[in-house]
Amino acid sequence: MGAELLSSPSPAASGDVPRRIYARSSAGDKVFRGVLRGAGMAVMAILGLILAFLALRGWSAFRATGLSFFTTQSWFISTNKFGIAAILPDGILIALIAMIIAVPVAIATALYISEYAPPVLRRALTSLIDLMAAVPSIVWAMWGLFFLEPRILGISSWLARHLGFIPFLHSVLPLTTPSFTTSAFIAGVVISLMVIPIVTSLSREVFSQAPQAEREAAYALGSTRWAMVRTVVLPFGRAGVIGSSMLGMGRALGETIVVTFILSPIYVFNFHVLNTGGNSIPFMIALNFSNGPKTVSALMAAGLVLFALTLLVNVIGSMVTSRSRSGLITVN
Amino acid sequence: MTTDAQALRSTAVPAERRVRIRQVSGAGAMTLGGAAGGALALTWLLYERILAASGVLGFWLSWYVIFLLMYAAMAAMQWDKLAVRDRVASVALAGAGVLTCAIVFDQVGFSLARGLAAVTHVSFFTHTLANAGPLSPMADGGVLGAMVGTLEEIGLATLFSVPLGITAAIFLVEVGGAWARPVRTLVEAMTALPDIIAGLFVLAFAILTLGLQHCALAASLALAVTMMPIVARGSETVIRLVPGMLREASYALGSSQWRTVWNVVLPTARSGLSTAVVLGMARGIGETAPVLLTAGYIKGLNFNPVNGWQTSLPMLIFNERQQPDANDLARAFGAGFTLLLLVLVLFTIARLLGGNKPGELSRRSRRRIARETVRR
Repeated sequence: MGAELLSSPSPAASGDVPRRIYARSSAGDKVFRGVLRGAGMAVMAILGLILAFLALRGWSAFRATGLSFFTTQSWFISTNKFGIAAILPDGILIALIAMIIAVPVAIATALYISEYAPPVLRRALTSLIDLMAAVPSIVWAMWGLFFLEPRILGISSWLARHLGFIPFLHSVLPLTTPSFTTSAFIAGVVISLMVIPIVTSLSREVFSQAPQAEREAAYALGSTRWAMVRTVVLPFGRAGVIGSSMLGMGRALGETIVVTFILSPIYVFNFHVLNTGGNSIPFMIALNFSNGPKTVSALMAAGLVLFALTLLVNVIGSMVTSRSRSGLITVN
Repeated sequence: MTTDAQALRSTAVPAERRVRIRQVSGAGAMTLGGAAGGALALTWLLYERILAASGVLGFWLSWYVIFLLMYAAMAAMQWDKLAVRDRVASVALAGAGVLTCAIVFDQVGFSLARGLAAVTHVSFFTHTLANAGPLSPMADGGVLGAMVGTLEEIGLATLFSVPLGITAAIFLVEVGGAWARPVRTLVEAMTALPDIIAGLFVLAFAILTLGLQHCALAASLALAVTMMPIVARGSETVIRLVPGMLREASYALGSSQWRTVWNVVLPTARSGLSTAVVLGMARGIGETAPVLLTAGYIKGLNFNPVNGWQTSLPMLIFNERQQPDANDLARAFGAGFTLLLLVLVLFTIARLLGGNKPGELSRRSRRRIARETVRR
C-alpha cells in the first residue's frame, strides 16, 4: 500500500503527465505587446535610418574620391582632393589623451566613493559626479578656453622641455608659449574631465555590487582594506571598468564643442600633441556644414565613418559589461 | 591554589579590549598633516625658488606627488609594510575624490562668477539681441529670444523622446525575449553616441530629404534622438526594481498584462521615471552640436517652431563668443550662467523626485492613504 502510494507520482504508473501551463493573452494584451515590441524595434529603426541616410547623402562624395577618401590628408572639395586620413587619426589622438587622463582618475574616484568614503559623503559625492555629467558641453568648453588654457600652458611647455625626447611630447615649434596654445593636449584634458563622470558613475555602480561575502572572506583571512579592494573589488569590477571606459571613449571621439572652441584646424596628421593645431571629424562637421551641397556630402561620408566607429566601440563596451559577472547581477 | 589559577588566567588572557575599526589615531592624523605641510613647503621651495617653473596647476600637481612620497616615507618609519601600502592607497584614492570635487566646484563656480556681470541686469532676461550692435552697452541685448527657443525645443524634444523611451524600457523589462538583448545593447551604445551625429542625421533626413526647413522642430527632432536612450536606460533601471510580488498579486486578481503595467508597475516606479525624464531633459537642454546643424541662428524673437530660424541658449553662447567685443563675451557668460542654472534646477528636481525607491511611499502619500482609509 505504502509502496504504491510512493510510486504513484511517477507518470508511467498512473498515467498522469505534468500539465503544460500557458496563458492565453486577451486581445488588449496582444495589442499592448505589439506596441511595446514596436517601441523596441523603433530603437533599432532609428539607428538603421541614421546609417541609411548618412550613407545616402555621403554617397556622391565617396563616389567622387573613391577609396582615396580613406587615404587623403587634405580637404580640397572642388578638386576632389579630400579625405579623412588626417582628421580621423587626429580625432582618435585627442580621445586617447582624454582616456589616458580620465580612466585612472575615474577608477580611483569610483573606488574612493564605493569603498572608502563615509556613508554620508557617499551620497553627496554620487550626486556630485552625476551633476558633473549633466554640465553642458558648451559650459565645459567656455571653462576650458578661458580658465584652463592659460593655466595649463606652463605644464605643456615643461613637458616639451624636459620630456621632449618622447616623440609624442616633442615640440617642433620654438619653445615659447604661443607654440603650445590651441593644442590637441589641451582639448584632450578638457574632454577627459567630461569623460571622468561617465566612467566613474558606471564603475562605482559595479564596484558597489562586489559580493559582501567575498569581502568579508578577504577580511577574515587578515587582509587590509587595500588588499581586499585589490583581490575582491577590482577583479569583480574589471569588465565593468573596461565597458564603461569604452562608452567614455565613444563620448570622447564624438565631442564637438570643446574641440571647436579650443583647437585651430589643420589638415595634416599632427602627432606632436603639445603643439598648436589639431582636427577631428566632429570639428570638421561643425566648421563646414554650411559650405554648399558637395561639402555637406563629404561631411556626411565622414560622419558615417565616425558613426560606425563610435557605434562599434560602444556596442563592444556595453557587451563586455553585460556579459560579465557583475553585469549579469545588474540585469537579472 | 586559587590565587595561582587567577594569576595564570591573568597572564594567559590579557583583559579584552574592544577593537574599534576606522579609528582616527593621533599618530595617523599627525602623519597626514605633517606630510601635507612638509610637501607644501618643499614644493614651494623647489617650484617657485629653485626650478622657477610657473603655473598654478603644475604647483598642485607637484605638491600631490611630493605629498604621496613624503607620506609613504613617514608611514614606513612607523608601521609595517602592509599597513604602509594600505594607508598610501587610501590617501591616493581620497586624493582622486578631492580632485574630482575640486574640478566640479571650480567649473560651476567659474561659470557662475563670470556670468554675474550680465545677469545682474534685469534687461538681460527681457531683451533679445536684435538691437545689440557691436558697441552697445550691457543694458542692451539679452537672452529672451534664446530662452524662448530653448524652452520650445526642449518641450518638443521631451514630447517626442519620453513616450518612446519609456515604452522601449517597458518592452525590455515586461516583454523581454530574444530581441530584448540586442535592443538593450543598442540603447546603451546610443547613450554615448556623438551628439553631432544626431544633428547630421536630422540634416540628412528631415531637412535635405523631406524638405523641412531649419527650425525649432528640426532641432527638437535631433535633441529627441540624443535624449531617448537616456530616458530609456534610466526608466529600464527603475522598472526593473519594481518587486515581482506586486505584478504577481495583480495577475492573481485576474488583471491583464497591460492593466498590470498601467495600474501597478508604472505608478510604483513613478518617482524613478520622473527622475529619468528630468535627467534626459537636463542632458538635452545643454546640447549644442545637434542644434547647431538644424536650427539656424537669429538675433530676434521667433515663437513659431515650424517656420523660421531659432536661437537657443547654447547657440547664443556659441555665436556671441566669436564676437570681438567684451560685452558680447559677457553676454555669452551670462547665457552660460542661465543654462547652468536651468540644469542645476532640473538636476535638483530629479534628486528630490528620485529620493524614493519604487514602492516606497513619501510621507505625503502615506498621509493621503491614511486619510482615504479613514474616510471609508
